[in-house]
Amino acid sequence: MSSEVLQAPLVLEYPFTRSTGPVIGAFLTGLRDGVICGIRRADGTVLCAPQEYDPLTAEPLTELVEVGQAGEVLTWAWNGDPRPMQPFDRPFAWALIRLDGADTSMLHAVFAPSAAEMSTGMRVRVVWRTEREGHIADIAGFEPIPAGEAA
Amino acid sequence: MIDVAVVAFTQRQEAAISGESEVEFMVPLMEQAKASVGLTQSDMGFTCSGSSDFLAGQAFSFVMTIDGTGPVPPISESHVEQDGAWALYEAWVKIQCGGIDTAFVYSYGKSSPGSVRDVLATQMDPYYVCPLWPDSYAIEALAARLMLEGGHVSESRLAEIAARSRASAASNPHAVRSDPKSVADILAEDYAIDPLRPSDLPAEADGGCAVVLATGDRARELCERPAWIRGMDHRGDAHTLGVRDLTSSASARLAAHHAGVAGDKIDLAELYGPFTTSEHLLIEALDLDEDSTAVNPSGGALAAHTMMASGLIRIGEAASRIWRGDGDRAVAHATSGPCLQQNMVCVLEGD
Repeated sequence: MSSEVLQAPLVLEYPFTRSTGPVIGAFLTGLRDGVICGIRRADGTVLCAPQEYDPLTAEPLTELVEVGQAGEVLTWAWNGDPRPMQPFDRPFAWALIRLDGADTSMLHAVFAPSAAEMSTGMRVRVVWRTEREGHIADIAGFEPIPAGEAA
Repeated sequence: MIDVAVVAFTQRQEAAISGESEVEFMVPLMEQAKASVGLTQSDMGFTCSGSSDFLAGQAFSFVMTIDGTGPVPPISESHVEQDGAWALYEAWVKIQCGGIDTAFVYSYGKSSPGSVRDVLATQMDPYYVCPLWPDSYAIEALAARLMLEGGHVSESRLAEIAARSRASAASNPHAVRSDPKSVADILAEDYAIDPLRPSDLPAEADGGCAVVLATGDRARELCERPAWIRGMDHRGDAHTLGVRDLTSSASARLAAHHAGVAGDKIDLAELYGPFTTSEHLLIEALDLDEDSTAVNPSGGALAAHTMMASGLIRIGEAASRIWRGDGDRAVAHATSGPCLQQNMVCVLEGD
């Protein structure tokens, strides 16, 4: 057996950078610019928030489309006890919101004064953060659209 | 197919296990399970565990618990970052590959040091959902409203499920919520997170469990009436909440079909429904008749919800009822992820 000891330098590093990719990246960059994107599926429907692959069929998706900045609350839950990392420091509603031009819903916060102001089917519109960086929290949340007011 | 049976099961669940680490409380549980069938760690053909670094707050936390099995001489083992029911599935597959006649499976979770409903935000989509930190009760409340307003379930039906769990849990020494409460009293509770009431929510617990599997004649040597695994399957729905129907469980239905639930009568069902809403969806997805099937005779996860172990505990609870002759054919179910995203169904039978 050889007595020679193999030696090699060891540099501790994390040699990866993480990319959000062509679809999630485009969505987040859009948010920075005040635009919300969905993505078209093979059946013509629009998925928002967009995914690189169809969650049901696994088909790759590529056709990004802009959707509206107002939409409908499909379901909601009242959060009476907001935590420090959440979108709002006062009680608010979590909701699945289907934006105009999209066929699926995304989760976000709705700033309503009380649970009594929330209802399934209500119209809400996006509230943008002033300083945006390409992050889901660039959308501060959604606010109810008063009845009779155009979206 | 090699016949595999559950031949031993131990569990511990408490509202909070303080003063003992996961390894400290798992060592006696693991020893009891093996000793109950006269085996030691060196007799085990394969060992598989389930736990979560997100609960332990430490990378590779499971390695210390493997030390607690007494893995000398070296053992053949694996780990899943999932409920122990999936560790049992891996052990079952390993046994089907041949060459071993026993396997040891355990899992555990200690969520009391943190707020588990908030920790579970980390299982959501990392770009779109997790950064908003929605808690797991709020996520289930979104599904609950869809179910209630869509006429898929009523609040009184949910209260009946909660009341049944409390009544069944009265005879379960491992339950942490077993005080009886009437349907009317449950309906009078203030919402915890509108539209869910406190009794609709899981009873969070710390704890763990251990199971021994054995094949054919070996199982008959070790256990008077082995609980044979006659079918087992697991399926998943889309991760994205907005693209799936939250008022039914397609993956639980599919898993039940492939596990062969419908083949014969079901005497009892142990379902891992963390919420009353999830238990309701599971009864529908598995097409159970509540008049002829005892649903969650242990009280289920509404009575004691130990993250990473509640699914494996369902298998153990169902198997031990077969050993005792409480039933001949049982179904055990495990879930993982938000709103019943992943589901496993296991059919157990006595001879």
